[in-house]
Amino acid sequence: MMPFYVPPEQLIKDRADFARKGIAYGRSIVALEYVDGVLLIGANPSSSLHKLGEIYDRIAFAGVGRFNEFETLRVAGIRYADLKGYSYGRGDVTGKGLANAYSQTIGQIFTHEVKPYEVEVIVAEVGDSTQETSLFRVQFDGTMRTEESHAAIGGKDEDLAARLGESHQPDVPLQVALETAMAAIEAVEERAATPGEWEAAVLDRTLGRRKFRRLDRAEIEAARAGD
Amino acid sequence: MSGRPTEPQPLHLEPIVPMASFASLLERHDMLPSWEGARRQDLEVSEGTTVLALRYNEGVVMAGDRRATAGNVIAHKRVQKVFAADAYSAVAISGTAGMAVELIKLFQTELEHYEKIEGTRLSLEGKANFLARLVRNHLPLAFQGLAVVPLFCGYDEVKEAGMLYTFDVVGGRYEEEDYAATGSGGAEAKSFLKASYRSGIGEEEALRLAVEALVAAAEEDTATGGPDVRRGIMPNVVTVTATGFAEISEERLATIATAVLEARP
Repeated sequence: MMPFYVPPEQLIKDRADFARKGIAYGRSIVALEYVDGVLLIGANPSSSLHKLGEIYDRIAFAGVGRFNEFETLRVAGIRYADLKGYSYGRGDVTGKGLANAYSQTIGQIFTHEVKPYEVEVIVAEVGDSTQETSLFRVQFDGTMRTEESHAAIGGKDEDLAARLGESHQPDVPLQVALETAMAAIEAVEERAATPGEWEAAVLDRTLGRRKFRRLDRAEIEAARAGD
Repeated sequence: MSGRPTEPQPLHLEPIVPMASFASLLERHDMLPSWEGARRQDLEVSEGTTVLALRYNEGVVMAGDRRATAGNVIAHKRVQKVFAADAYSAVAISGTAGMAVELIKLFQTELEHYEKIEGTRLSLEGKANFLARLVRNHLPLAFQGLAVVPLFCGYDEVKEAGMLYTFDVVGGRYEEEDYAATGSGGAEAKSFLKASYRSGIGEEEALRLAVEALVAAAEEDTATGGPDVRRGIMPNVVTVTATGFAEISEERLATIATAVLEARP
Protein backbone atom coordinates (compact mmCIF):
# COMPACT_ATOMS: atom_id res chain seq x y z
CA MET A 1 0.00 0.00 0.00
CA MET A 2 1.90 3.01 -1.20
CA PRO A 3 0.49 6.38 -0.35
CA PHE A 4 1.77 8.03 -3.50
CA TYR A 5 2.47 6.83 -6.99
CA VAL A 6 6.17 6.19 -7.56
CA PRO A 7 7.16 5.57 -11.18
CA PRO A 8 9.07 2.31 -11.65
CA GLU A 9 12.08 4.15 -13.08
CA GLN A 10 12.36 6.12 -9.86
CA LEU A 11 11.88 3.00 -7.73
CA ILE A 12 14.63 1.11 -9.54
CA LYS A 13 16.95 4.10 -9.45
CA ASP A 14 16.45 4.60 -5.70
CA ARG A 15 17.13 0.94 -5.01
CA ALA A 16 20.18 0.88 -7.26
CA ASP A 17 21.60 4.04 -5.63
CA PHE A 18 21.04 2.54 -2.22
CA ALA A 19 22.77 -0.74 -3.08
CA ARG A 20 25.61 0.95 -4.95
CA LYS A 21 26.37 3.18 -1.98
CA GLY A 22 26.58 0.21 0.39
CA ILE A 23 28.89 -1.71 -1.94
CA ALA A 24 31.20 1.23 -2.75
CA TYR A 25 31.78 1.73 0.97
CA GLY A 26 33.56 -1.62 1.33
CA ARG A 27 36.95 -2.70 0.04
CA SER A 28 37.57 -4.37 -3.29
CA ILE A 29 38.28 -7.93 -4.33
CA VAL A 30 39.91 -8.90 -7.59
CA ALA A 31 40.10 -12.14 -9.50
CA LEU A 32 43.07 -12.56 -11.81
CA GLU A 33 44.02 -15.36 -14.12
CA TYR A 34 47.58 -16.59 -13.76
CA VAL A 35 49.46 -19.42 -15.43
CA ASP A 36 48.03 -22.25 -13.27
CA GLY A 37 44.53 -20.92 -12.67
CA VAL A 38 42.80 -18.04 -10.93
CA LEU A 39 43.94 -15.86 -8.03
CA LEU A 40 41.36 -14.20 -5.78
CA ILE A 41 42.55 -11.47 -3.44
CA GLY A 42 41.31 -8.56 -1.39
CA ALA A 43 42.10 -6.65 1.79
CA ASN A 44 40.23 -8.14 4.72
CA PRO A 45 41.10 -6.98 8.24
CA SER A 46 39.30 -9.98 9.74
CA SER A 47 41.12 -13.30 9.62
CA SER A 48 38.04 -15.34 10.48
CA LEU A 49 35.24 -13.72 8.46
CA HIS A 50 36.09 -14.78 4.95
CA LYS A 51 35.12 -13.00 1.75
CA LEU A 52 36.47 -15.81 -0.43
CA GLY A 53 35.33 -19.40 -0.34
CA GLU A 54 35.33 -22.79 -1.98
CA ILE A 55 32.08 -23.78 -3.70
CA TYR A 56 32.92 -26.97 -5.57
CA ASP A 57 35.83 -28.81 -7.17
CA ARG A 58 36.72 -26.11 -9.70
CA ILE A 59 34.55 -23.24 -8.50
CA ALA A 60 35.25 -20.44 -6.03
CA PHE A 61 33.23 -17.54 -4.66
CA ALA A 62 34.10 -13.97 -3.72
CA GLY A 63 31.70 -11.46 -2.23
CA VAL A 64 31.76 -7.80 -1.23
CA GLY A 65 29.21 -5.65 0.58
CA ARG A 66 27.23 -6.74 3.60
CA PHE A 67 28.82 -9.77 5.22
CA ASN A 68 25.60 -11.51 6.27
CA GLU A 69 24.14 -11.13 2.78
CA PHE A 70 27.06 -12.49 0.78
CA GLU A 71 27.59 -15.18 3.41
CA THR A 72 23.99 -16.31 2.82
CA LEU A 73 24.76 -16.42 -0.90
CA ARG A 74 27.99 -18.35 -0.37
CA VAL A 75 26.23 -21.03 1.70
CA ALA A 76 23.36 -21.19 -0.80
CA GLY A 77 25.92 -21.69 -3.57
CA ILE A 78 27.48 -24.64 -1.73
CA ARG A 79 24.03 -26.15 -1.24
CA TYR A 80 23.22 -25.69 -4.91
CA ALA A 81 26.51 -27.25 -6.04
CA ASP A 82 26.53 -30.19 -3.63
CA LEU A 83 22.91 -31.02 -4.36
CA LYS A 84 23.47 -30.91 -8.11
CA GLY A 85 26.71 -32.89 -7.96
CA TYR A 86 25.11 -35.51 -5.73
CA SER A 87 22.04 -35.91 -7.97
CA TYR A 88 23.87 -35.97 -11.29
CA GLY A 89 27.65 -36.04 -11.60
CA ARG A 90 30.49 -33.90 -10.32
CA GLY A 91 31.22 -32.64 -13.84
CA ASP A 92 27.68 -31.30 -14.18
CA VAL A 93 28.30 -28.55 -11.63
CA THR A 94 29.45 -25.53 -13.63
CA GLY A 95 30.38 -21.97 -12.82
CA LYS A 96 27.94 -20.76 -15.43
CA GLY A 97 25.05 -22.60 -13.80
CA LEU A 98 25.93 -21.20 -10.39
CA ALA A 99 26.38 -17.65 -11.67
CA ASN A 100 22.99 -17.92 -13.33
CA ALA A 101 21.38 -19.06 -10.09
CA TYR A 102 22.98 -16.11 -8.27
CA SER A 103 21.81 -13.76 -10.98
CA GLN A 104 18.21 -15.03 -10.74
CA THR A 105 18.13 -14.91 -6.97
CA ILE A 106 19.80 -11.52 -6.51
CA GLY A 107 17.63 -10.06 -9.30
CA GLN A 108 14.47 -11.34 -7.64
CA ILE A 109 15.52 -9.91 -4.28
CA PHE A 110 16.33 -6.56 -5.92
CA THR A 111 12.79 -6.10 -7.24
CA HIS A 112 10.68 -8.07 -4.75
CA GLU A 113 12.16 -7.63 -1.30
CA VAL A 114 11.86 -4.63 1.02
CA LYS A 115 15.58 -3.97 0.78
CA PRO A 116 17.86 -5.07 -2.06
CA TYR A 117 21.03 -7.01 -1.25
CA GLU A 118 24.03 -4.67 -0.99
CA VAL A 119 26.37 -7.22 -2.51
CA GLU A 120 28.36 -8.08 -5.56
CA VAL A 121 29.86 -11.49 -6.19
CA ILE A 122 32.41 -13.19 -8.42
CA VAL A 123 32.08 -16.81 -9.47
CA ALA A 124 35.39 -18.16 -10.77
CA GLU A 125 35.80 -21.50 -12.46
CA VAL A 126 39.17 -22.93 -13.43
CA GLY A 127 39.38 -25.15 -16.50
CA ASP A 128 42.15 -27.33 -17.88
CA SER A 129 43.37 -24.38 -19.93
CA THR A 130 43.02 -20.59 -19.98
CA GLN A 131 40.33 -20.90 -22.67
CA GLU A 132 38.20 -23.04 -20.38
CA THR A 133 38.56 -20.75 -17.38
CA SER A 134 35.70 -18.38 -16.69
CA LEU A 135 35.04 -15.41 -14.45
CA PHE A 136 31.46 -14.27 -13.81
CA ARG A 137 30.47 -11.14 -12.01
CA VAL A 138 26.96 -10.71 -10.60
CA GLN A 139 25.83 -7.26 -9.49
CA PHE A 140 23.31 -6.15 -6.84
CA ASP A 141 20.43 -6.07 -9.36
CA GLY A 142 21.19 -9.48 -10.80
CA THR A 143 23.11 -8.25 -13.83
CA MET A 144 25.56 -10.93 -14.84
CA ARG A 145 28.72 -10.33 -16.83
CA THR A 146 31.51 -12.52 -18.00
CA GLU A 147 35.00 -11.10 -17.64
CA GLU A 148 38.21 -11.91 -19.47
CA SER A 149 41.44 -12.49 -17.52
CA HIS A 150 40.48 -10.25 -14.60
CA ALA A 151 37.45 -9.01 -12.63
CA ALA A 152 37.02 -6.50 -9.81
CA ILE A 153 34.14 -5.92 -7.39
CA GLY A 154 33.47 -3.51 -4.53
CA GLY A 155 35.01 -0.13 -3.70
CA LYS A 156 36.31 1.64 -6.77
CA ASP A 157 35.86 -1.41 -8.95
CA GLU A 158 35.97 0.45 -12.28
CA ASP A 159 39.27 2.19 -11.52
CA LEU A 160 40.69 -1.10 -10.36
CA ALA A 161 39.56 -2.96 -13.49
CA ALA A 162 41.08 -0.24 -15.69
CA ARG A 163 44.38 -0.43 -13.83
CA LEU A 164 44.49 -4.23 -14.06
CA GLY A 165 43.70 -4.00 -17.76
CA GLU A 166 46.98 -2.12 -18.19
CA SER A 167 49.21 -4.01 -15.78
CA HIS A 168 48.01 -7.62 -15.84
CA GLN A 169 48.92 -10.52 -18.13
CA PRO A 170 47.04 -13.82 -17.69
CA ASP A 171 50.08 -16.06 -18.28
CA VAL A 172 52.26 -14.85 -15.40
CA PRO A 173 53.31 -16.97 -12.40
CA LEU A 174 51.40 -16.68 -9.12
CA GLN A 175 53.98 -14.43 -7.43
CA VAL A 176 53.70 -11.85 -10.20
CA ALA A 177 49.88 -11.97 -10.24
CA LEU A 178 49.86 -11.50 -6.44
CA GLU A 179 52.14 -8.49 -6.62
CA THR A 180 50.18 -6.94 -9.51
CA ALA A 181 46.90 -7.38 -7.63
CA MET A 182 48.19 -5.97 -4.34
CA ALA A 183 49.83 -3.00 -6.04
CA ALA A 184 46.64 -2.21 -7.98
CA ILE A 185 44.40 -2.45 -4.94
CA GLU A 186 46.72 -0.30 -2.82
CA ALA A 187 46.99 2.33 -5.53
CA VAL A 188 43.23 2.58 -6.04
CA GLU A 189 42.33 2.45 -2.34
CA GLU A 190 45.16 4.89 -1.59
CA ARG A 191 46.37 2.98 1.43
CA ALA A 192 48.90 0.25 2.09
CA ALA A 193 47.96 -3.07 3.67
CA THR A 194 50.11 -5.23 5.94
CA PRO A 195 50.65 -8.89 4.91
CA GLY A 196 48.23 -10.00 7.63
CA GLU A 197 45.46 -7.86 6.18
CA TRP A 198 45.24 -9.70 2.85
CA GLU A 199 42.92 -12.56 2.20
CA ALA A 200 43.94 -14.59 -0.82
CA ALA A 201 43.09 -17.93 -2.38
CA VAL A 202 43.69 -19.71 -5.66
CA LEU A 203 41.94 -22.16 -7.92
CA ASP A 204 44.98 -24.14 -8.98
CA ARG A 205 44.45 -26.55 -11.89
CA THR A 206 47.54 -28.55 -10.88
CA LEU A 207 45.87 -29.66 -7.63
CA GLY A 208 43.76 -32.83 -7.31
CA ARG A 209 39.96 -32.91 -7.46
CA ARG A 210 39.49 -29.88 -5.21
CA LYS A 211 41.33 -26.98 -6.83
CA PHE A 212 40.67 -24.37 -4.14
CA ARG A 213 43.49 -23.45 -1.77
CA ARG A 214 43.90 -20.54 0.63
CA LEU A 215 47.24 -18.75 0.52
CA ASP A 216 48.95 -18.33 3.87
CA ARG A 217 50.66 -15.22 5.13
CA ALA A 218 54.13 -16.48 4.26
CA GLU A 219 53.21 -16.82 0.58
CA ILE A 220 51.82 -13.28 0.52
CA GLU A 221 54.91 -11.94 2.27
CA ALA A 222 57.14 -13.76 -0.20
CA ALA A 223 55.40 -12.04 -3.11
CA ARG A 224 55.93 -8.68 -1.43
CA ALA A 225 59.59 -9.39 -0.86
CA GLY A 226 60.01 -10.38 -4.50
CA ASP A 227 59.67 -6.87 -5.91
CA MET B 1 11.89 -24.21 7.60
CA SER B 2 8.29 -25.08 6.83
CA GLY B 3 7.43 -27.03 3.73
CA ARG B 4 8.50 -26.20 0.22
CA PRO B 5 8.77 -22.77 -1.32
CA THR B 6 5.65 -21.75 -3.22
CA GLU B 7 7.57 -20.99 -6.40
CA PRO B 8 10.76 -22.61 -7.56
CA GLN B 9 13.74 -20.71 -6.21
CA PRO B 10 17.08 -21.17 -7.88
CA LEU B 11 18.96 -21.02 -4.60
CA HIS B 12 18.22 -22.11 -1.04
CA LEU B 13 18.68 -18.99 1.03
CA GLU B 14 17.39 -20.35 4.34
CA PRO B 15 19.55 -19.21 7.23
CA ILE B 16 21.86 -21.82 8.70
CA VAL B 17 20.18 -23.70 11.52
CA PRO B 18 21.93 -26.32 13.64
CA MET B 19 21.95 -29.70 11.93
CA ALA B 20 21.27 -28.07 8.57
CA SER B 21 23.50 -30.71 7.11
CA PHE B 22 23.58 -32.00 3.57
CA ALA B 23 21.50 -35.02 4.62
CA SER B 24 18.74 -32.76 5.96
CA LEU B 25 18.93 -30.70 2.77
CA LEU B 26 18.24 -33.90 0.84
CA GLU B 27 15.43 -34.73 3.22
CA ARG B 28 13.73 -31.40 2.59
CA HIS B 29 13.77 -32.17 -1.11
CA ASP B 30 12.59 -35.76 -0.68
CA MET B 31 15.88 -36.85 -2.15
CA LEU B 32 17.23 -39.07 0.62
CA PRO B 33 18.04 -42.48 -0.82
CA SER B 34 15.24 -44.84 0.08
CA TRP B 35 14.68 -48.54 -0.43
CA GLU B 36 11.36 -48.70 1.35
CA GLY B 37 9.76 -52.13 1.32
CA ALA B 38 12.81 -53.98 0.06
CA ARG B 39 13.25 -57.45 1.55
CA ARG B 40 16.27 -59.66 1.22
CA GLN B 41 14.34 -62.87 0.49
CA ASP B 42 12.74 -61.40 -2.66
CA LEU B 43 16.01 -60.33 -4.20
CA GLU B 44 19.37 -61.44 -5.37
CA VAL B 45 21.50 -58.43 -4.48
CA SER B 46 25.25 -58.00 -4.63
CA GLU B 47 27.03 -58.18 -1.32
CA GLY B 48 30.48 -57.00 -0.38
CA THR B 49 32.55 -59.18 1.89
CA THR B 50 35.81 -58.76 3.82
CA VAL B 51 37.17 -55.38 4.90
CA LEU B 52 39.66 -54.73 7.68
CA ALA B 53 41.79 -52.04 9.27
CA LEU B 54 44.74 -51.97 11.63
CA ARG B 55 46.86 -49.39 13.39
CA TYR B 56 50.59 -48.99 12.86
CA ASN B 57 53.19 -46.53 14.09
CA GLU B 58 52.29 -43.75 11.57
CA GLY B 59 48.52 -44.17 11.40
CA VAL B 60 46.05 -46.68 10.02
CA VAL B 61 45.95 -49.18 7.15
CA MET B 62 42.60 -50.15 5.67
CA ALA B 63 42.07 -52.95 3.17
CA GLY B 64 39.26 -54.71 1.38
CA ASP B 65 38.92 -57.55 -1.11
CA ARG B 66 37.38 -56.91 -4.55
CA ARG B 67 34.65 -59.54 -4.82
CA ALA B 68 30.89 -58.95 -4.71
CA THR B 69 28.57 -61.95 -4.60
CA ALA B 70 24.87 -62.41 -5.31
CA GLY B 71 23.84 -65.69 -3.75
CA ASN B 72 26.39 -68.22 -4.92
CA VAL B 73 27.31 -66.20 -8.01
CA ILE B 74 30.35 -63.94 -8.17
CA ALA B 75 28.62 -60.76 -9.34
CA HIS B 76 31.64 -58.49 -9.68
CA LYS B 77 35.37 -59.15 -9.57
CA ARG B 78 36.71 -55.64 -9.23
CA VAL B 79 34.47 -53.85 -6.74
CA GLN B 80 35.90 -50.99 -4.72
CA LYS B 81 35.07 -51.30 -1.03
CA VAL B 82 37.56 -48.89 0.53
CA PHE B 83 37.05 -45.17 -0.07
CA ALA B 84 38.49 -41.84 1.05
CA ALA B 85 35.86 -40.23 3.29
CA ASP B 86 37.82 -36.97 3.20
CA ALA B 87 41.49 -35.95 3.21
CA TYR B 88 42.10 -37.46 6.68
CA SER B 89 39.81 -40.47 6.91
CA ALA B 90 38.78 -43.61 5.07
CA VAL B 91 35.68 -45.74 5.11
CA ALA B 92 35.11 -49.34 4.04
CA ILE B 93 31.88 -51.22 3.55
CA SER B 94 30.53 -54.69 3.84
CA GLY B 95 26.96 -55.79 3.31
CA THR B 96 24.48 -54.98 0.55
CA ALA B 97 26.73 -53.32 -2.03
CA GLY B 98 24.31 -50.95 -3.77
CA MET B 99 23.09 -49.43 -0.55
CA ALA B 100 26.55 -49.25 0.96
CA VAL B 101 27.91 -47.34 -2.02
CA GLU B 102 25.06 -44.83 -1.80
CA LEU B 103 25.63 -44.46 1.93
CA ILE B 104 29.30 -43.71 1.34
CA LYS B 105 28.53 -41.14 -1.33
CA LEU B 106 26.21 -39.41 1.12
CA PHE B 107 28.84 -39.58 3.86
CA GLN B 108 31.57 -38.13 1.62
CA THR B 109 29.31 -35.32 0.42
CA GLU B 110 28.28 -34.51 3.98
CA LEU B 111 31.89 -34.20 5.18
CA GLU B 112 32.85 -31.94 2.28
CA HIS B 113 29.64 -29.90 2.66
CA TYR B 114 30.36 -29.30 6.33
CA GLU B 115 33.99 -28.42 5.66
CA LYS B 116 33.09 -25.86 3.00
CA ILE B 117 30.31 -24.20 4.97
CA GLU B 118 32.05 -24.09 8.35
CA GLY B 119 35.58 -23.56 7.04
CA THR B 120 36.91 -26.41 9.22
CA ARG B 121 36.75 -30.18 9.05
CA LEU B 122 34.56 -32.13 11.43
CA SER B 123 36.48 -33.77 14.27
CA LEU B 124 37.23 -37.44 13.68
CA GLU B 125 34.77 -38.36 16.41
CA GLY B 126 32.16 -36.12 14.79
CA LYS B 127 32.61 -37.93 11.50
CA ALA B 128 32.26 -41.33 13.21
CA ASN B 129 29.12 -40.19 15.02
CA PHE B 130 27.55 -38.95 11.82
CA LEU B 131 28.30 -42.25 10.10
CA ALA B 132 26.70 -44.07 13.04
CA ARG B 133 23.56 -42.00 12.47
CA LEU B 134 23.45 -43.01 8.81
CA VAL B 135 23.76 -46.67 9.80
CA ARG B 136 21.03 -46.25 12.43
CA ASN B 137 18.67 -44.73 9.86
CA HIS B 138 19.25 -47.84 7.83
CA LEU B 139 18.08 -50.15 10.62
CA PRO B 140 14.61 -51.03 9.22
CA LEU B 141 16.31 -52.52 6.16
CA ALA B 142 18.80 -54.41 8.30
CA PHE B 143 15.81 -56.21 9.84
CA GLN B 144 14.81 -57.23 6.32
CA GLY B 145 18.20 -58.75 5.66
CA LEU B 146 19.73 -55.79 3.87
CA ALA B 147 22.38 -54.72 6.35
CA VAL B 148 25.15 -52.22 5.75
CA VAL B 149 28.04 -52.28 8.19
CA PRO B 150 30.90 -49.85 7.60
CA LEU B 151 34.36 -49.65 9.05
CA PHE B 152 35.78 -46.19 9.62
CA CYS B 153 39.32 -45.02 10.31
CA GLY B 154 41.21 -41.78 10.20
CA TYR B 155 43.96 -39.65 11.55
CA ASP B 156 42.88 -37.53 14.51
CA GLU B 157 44.51 -34.15 13.88
CA VAL B 158 44.06 -33.15 17.54
CA LYS B 159 45.20 -36.36 19.24
CA GLU B 160 47.80 -36.90 16.49
CA ALA B 161 47.03 -40.59 16.26
CA GLY B 162 45.35 -43.04 13.93
CA MET B 163 41.91 -44.10 15.16
CA LEU B 164 39.65 -47.01 14.30
CA TYR B 165 35.87 -47.31 14.61
CA THR B 166 33.52 -50.23 14.08
CA PHE B 167 29.73 -50.16 13.91
CA ASP B 168 26.86 -52.54 14.34
CA VAL B 169 23.57 -52.59 12.44
CA VAL B 170 21.73 -50.56 15.11
CA GLY B 171 24.22 -47.70 14.76
CA GLY B 172 26.39 -48.56 17.73
CA ARG B 173 29.81 -47.00 17.34
CA TYR B 174 32.86 -48.60 18.95
CA GLU B 175 36.43 -47.37 19.14
CA GLU B 176 38.90 -50.19 18.48
CA GLU B 177 42.42 -50.45 19.87
CA ASP B 178 44.55 -52.30 17.32
CA TYR B 179 42.62 -53.89 14.47
CA ALA B 180 39.11 -54.58 13.24
CA ALA B 181 37.44 -56.55 10.46
CA THR B 182 33.92 -57.02 9.21
CA GLY B 183 31.99 -58.86 6.50
CA SER B 184 31.52 -62.58 5.83
CA GLY B 185 35.27 -63.25 6.00
CA GLY B 186 35.72 -60.79 8.87
CA ALA B 187 35.92 -63.42 11.60
CA GLU B 188 38.68 -65.28 9.77
CA ALA B 189 40.62 -62.05 9.11
CA LYS B 190 40.24 -61.05 12.74
CA SER B 191 41.54 -64.35 14.10
CA PHE B 192 44.50 -64.08 11.75
CA LEU B 193 45.22 -60.55 12.97
CA LYS B 194 44.80 -61.64 16.58
CA ALA B 195 47.58 -64.18 16.15
CA SER B 196 49.93 -61.99 14.09
CA TYR B 197 49.40 -58.39 15.17
CA ARG B 198 51.98 -56.52 17.21
CA SER B 199 51.64 -52.88 18.20
CA GLY B 200 54.11 -50.31 16.90
CA ILE B 201 54.78 -52.04 13.56
CA GLY B 202 55.95 -50.02 10.54
CA GLU B 203 54.16 -49.37 7.26
CA GLU B 204 55.74 -52.20 5.26
CA GLU B 205 54.81 -54.78 7.89
CA ALA B 206 51.31 -53.34 8.34
CA LEU B 207 50.61 -53.57 4.59
CA ARG B 208 51.83 -57.15 4.47
CA LEU B 209 49.70 -58.05 7.48
CA ALA B 210 46.61 -56.52 5.87
CA VAL B 211 47.13 -58.49 2.63
CA GLU B 212 47.87 -61.70 4.56
CA ALA B 213 44.67 -61.32 6.58
CA LEU B 214 42.67 -60.94 3.35
CA VAL B 215 44.33 -64.04 1.90
CA ALA B 216 43.50 -65.95 5.10
CA ALA B 217 39.87 -64.81 4.86
CA ALA B 218 39.64 -65.73 1.16
CA GLU B 219 40.89 -69.25 1.89
CA GLU B 220 38.02 -69.92 4.29
CA ASP B 221 35.23 -67.76 2.85
CA THR B 222 34.00 -68.25 -0.72
CA ALA B 223 32.48 -64.77 -0.77
CA THR B 224 35.90 -63.15 -0.28
CA GLY B 225 38.22 -62.85 -3.26
CA GLY B 226 41.93 -63.11 -2.56
CA PRO B 227 44.59 -61.32 -4.63
CA ASP B 228 44.59 -62.67 -8.19
CA VAL B 229 48.11 -62.12 -9.49
CA ARG B 230 47.39 -63.72 -12.87
CA ARG B 231 44.43 -61.42 -13.67
CA GLY B 232 45.98 -58.48 -11.84
CA ILE B 233 43.14 -58.14 -9.35
CA MET B 234 44.66 -56.60 -6.22
CA PRO B 235 42.87 -55.69 -2.99
CA ASN B 236 42.13 -52.04 -2.24
CA VAL B 237 44.64 -50.91 0.37
CA VAL B 238 44.93 -47.37 1.73
CA THR B 239 46.74 -45.61 4.55
CA VAL B 240 45.75 -42.58 6.61
CA THR B 241 48.59 -40.77 8.39
CA ALA B 242 49.55 -37.26 9.51
CA THR B 243 49.99 -36.37 5.82
CA GLY B 244 46.49 -37.62 5.01
CA PHE B 245 44.82 -40.30 2.93
CA ALA B 246 46.96 -42.25 0.46
CA GLU B 247 46.19 -45.15 -1.84
CA ILE B 248 48.76 -47.93 -2.16
CA SER B 249 49.65 -48.55 -5.81
CA GLU B 250 48.68 -51.79 -7.56
CA GLU B 251 52.35 -52.47 -8.40
CA ARG B 252 53.38 -52.30 -4.77
CA LEU B 253 50.45 -54.50 -3.78
CA ALA B 254 51.30 -57.04 -6.48
CA THR B 255 54.81 -57.36 -5.00
CA ILE B 256 53.40 -57.81 -1.48
CA ALA B 257 50.70 -60.24 -2.63
CA THR B 258 53.17 -62.39 -4.57
CA ALA B 259 55.41 -62.63 -1.50
CA VAL B 260 52.47 -63.43 0.75
CA LEU B 261 51.06 -66.12 -1.55
CA GLU B 262 54.48 -67.77 -1.91
CA ALA B 263 54.98 -67.87 1.85
CA ARG B 264 51.53 -69.35 2.58
CA PRO B 265 51.68 -72.94 3.81
